[in-house]
Amino acid sequence: MNKMIKDFLRGLWDEHPTFRIMIGMCPTLAVTTAAINGFGMAVATTFVLVCSSILISVLKKVIPGGVRIPAYIIVIATFVTTVDYIMQAFTPDLHESLGVFIPLIVVNCIILGRAEAYASKMPVVWSAFDALGMGLGFTWGLTLIGSIRELLGSGTVFGFSIMPDGFTPIAILTSPPGAFITLGVLLALMNVVSSKISEKIKAKQQRAAN
Amino acid sequence: MEYLLLFIGTVIVNNFVLVQFLGICPFIGVSKQVSTSIGMGIATTFVMVMAALASWLIQHFILVPLGLEYLQTLSFILVIAALVQLVEMFLHKSIPGLYRAMGIFLPLITTNCAVLGLALNAVLRDYNLGESLVYGFGAGVGFTLALIMIAGIREELEFADIPKPLKGAAIALITAGLLSLAFSGFAGMI
Repeated sequence: MNKMIKDFLRGLWDEHPTFRIMIGMCPTLAVTTAAINGFGMAVATTFVLVCSSILISVLKKVIPGGVRIPAYIIVIATFVTTVDYIMQAFTPDLHESLGVFIPLIVVNCIILGRAEAYASKMPVVWSAFDALGMGLGFTWGLTLIGSIRELLGSGTVFGFSIMPDGFTPIAILTSPPGAFITLGVLLALMNVVSSKISEKIKAKQQRAAN
Repeated sequence: MEYLLLFIGTVIVNNFVLVQFLGICPFIGVSKQVSTSIGMGIATTFVMVMAALASWLIQHFILVPLGLEYLQTLSFILVIAALVQLVEMFLHKSIPGLYRAMGIFLPLITTNCAVLGLALNAVLRDYNLGESLVYGFGAGVGFTLALIMIAGIREELEFADIPKPLKGAAIALITAGLLSLAFSGFAGMI
């Protein structure tokens, strides 16, 4: 049980798809012009990730090893098409602003990566938790990037006005160059934070040893 | 003239990597050396032109006549995967020299979202066969251009004195941001 929780939490920080392993970068950069777009994209991806991990884990004994990658792609593409049509029906505005990046969830390396590295070997419930952890990690990453870009680029978060009246939006942050620069600066900040944390841990261990 | 405008528009104004964010994974992952990025760029361009052709044929001769448009994503990704496999087998048998140079990049191309994005965009914009091929070739050239540019800069960055937290991916992303800023100067050119 403990191990399962550990696998679940791994995706949230230690093996965070965006900030640590740096996979699934295309949607991370492309759709995070506003918090709601990043959040919507990540939820759609999480849905596909969890569903395909479960199905692949169920079918792991049936799928022959030689054609496993095409088989995984078919499973993933089926769920992506489902999400595409659901979003078109219920959230047409979001569907419009995410555009081609919804069908492109198929080639998001996070999903195929989890299928190959985890779901194809582990029991169903474990795979579901692992996928959910990765999906939630992706969700907070994309929502954070989207919020920062929206806050500084247009002065709102999730459409709510937050900045005071005198604030001049830094329009470049909602344009393509802003995506690269925001993520670059965030990664650098993350590096600072995690090196501080590991220094603290080291100091504590030394004190304990003395 | 129309084709030339489409080509320039795809390569520079709407550069796949720097403006549309397609194919970021290889752009960050395989861009540490100019020589490897040239190989990757050529292999990707080749697959892109083939994918543009194959997806156009599938869309207009299979999916539309049979009313199966909802299978678009599924059929395109499978065709791209098969295509990459075929190219790999063909090169392995016929041009071993080129295979040794490009071989390691080929499997990566299947999950390059620039290839699938190109196929989907071409259908969305209702391009005819000629336009699709030009669009595919332009996308490949634009991808190669961006990859070589960032690889050249990253080779120089190896010798630069970069603050420790910015080392690696962080500085690469900020560099890409500046490149993207330069490319946004072309917006409105066409």
